Amino acid sequence: MRDLPFVMYDEDQRQILAIVERLVRDANAKGIFIVDRNGQLIVEAGEMHGVDTTSLASLAASCVAATGSLAQIVGEEDFPVHFHQGRRDNLHITLVGTSFILIVVFDERSSLGLVRLRVKKASAALAKAFEDMAKRAERAPASPTNSPFSEITDEDIDNLFST
Amino acid sequence: MSFINYSSREINCKIVYYGPGLCGKTTNLQHIYNRTNPELKGKMISLETEAERTLFFDFLPLALGEIRGFKTRFHLYTVPGQVFYDASRKLILKGVDGVVFVADSQAERLEANLESLDNLHLNLAEQGHDLSSLPYVIQYNKRDLPNAAPMAEMQRLMNPNGVPEFEASAATGLGVFETLKSVARLVLQELRDASR
Repeated sequence: MRDLPFVMYDEDQRQILAIVERLVRDANAKGIFIVDRNGQLIVEAGEMHGVDTTSLASLAASCVAATGSLAQIVGEEDFPVHFHQGRRDNLHITLVGTSFILIVVFDERSSLGLVRLRVKKASAALAKAFEDMAKRAERAPASPTNSPFSEITDEDIDNLFST
Repeated sequence: MSFINYSSREINCKIVYYGPGLCGKTTNLQHIYNRTNPELKGKMISLETEAERTLFFDFLPLALGEIRGFKTRFHLYTVPGQVFYDASRKLILKGVDGVVFVADSQAERLEANLESLDNLHLNLAEQGHDLSSLPYVIQYNKRDLPNAAPMAEMQRLMNPNGVPEFEASAATGLGVFETLKSVARLVLQELRDASR
């Protein structure tokens, strides 16, 4: 049995982004990233333009996966919150629902207390938004009429490798 | 699990290179990285030990081009091959869309290949996956070495179901892109078939 693709439509993206942009302001964050537990970037907001988000997403997901396994070794189900303290910038990582990770990057303009407070409220809103997305996907799964991939031809695939 | 983003019009898929220690998984990714145009690749990340053995994984993001207006991106991962890193291998397999098994052709590594293949079956099964229903190809690496086992024997032992297979020498690049293209093609075909 294969996992079904995770599909995000414009409307979902806008809803998630609105919560994240608000959190950037409320928590005085430098940057906020949502990634899924497989290491795919879902949305980003803040002032960290030009950062390597692909690597960030992959490493954050791996870090969460490794820490989750550590948790199980010591008898915990998971460690839902991680904090990495740097000299200038810090990372606050929170699990959202079962499949997503909220990463907040902040510096001296904010504080761990403020970030924790604001993240708590935002992560509940995000969890609800992702739950609603999943319910919508269940009610209206991708079908040949609304999936562009059902029409992919062997020629399309060949063309990817022709250059 | 592939990720289809209608907002940014992107498809992201995950391919994992699996195999015994020192079979050439990292070398495959290094060759792909070295031979790919800078605009099509991201940074290659290697989490390795001081002795340059893979500790957790190597990661290489690649952009292949567009299909029906969607940017097609593949995230290539390797697992650490050494037997005692099994917990890490299980983590990296999560959400996999396609698997390349890199076999070491040296005759003395036949048993290590089979052990790694069994481990792959076991770890996929734990996640409810089965190699027979997952895009999967085999690469027989190090074919250029004088102590390489006969192909017929390797095929009999490792590929009874006749999945796509490639002879390779990752150190020189022989067979590396053929392997990647084959698994990427299978992943895209699977995506298409799943949406029909």
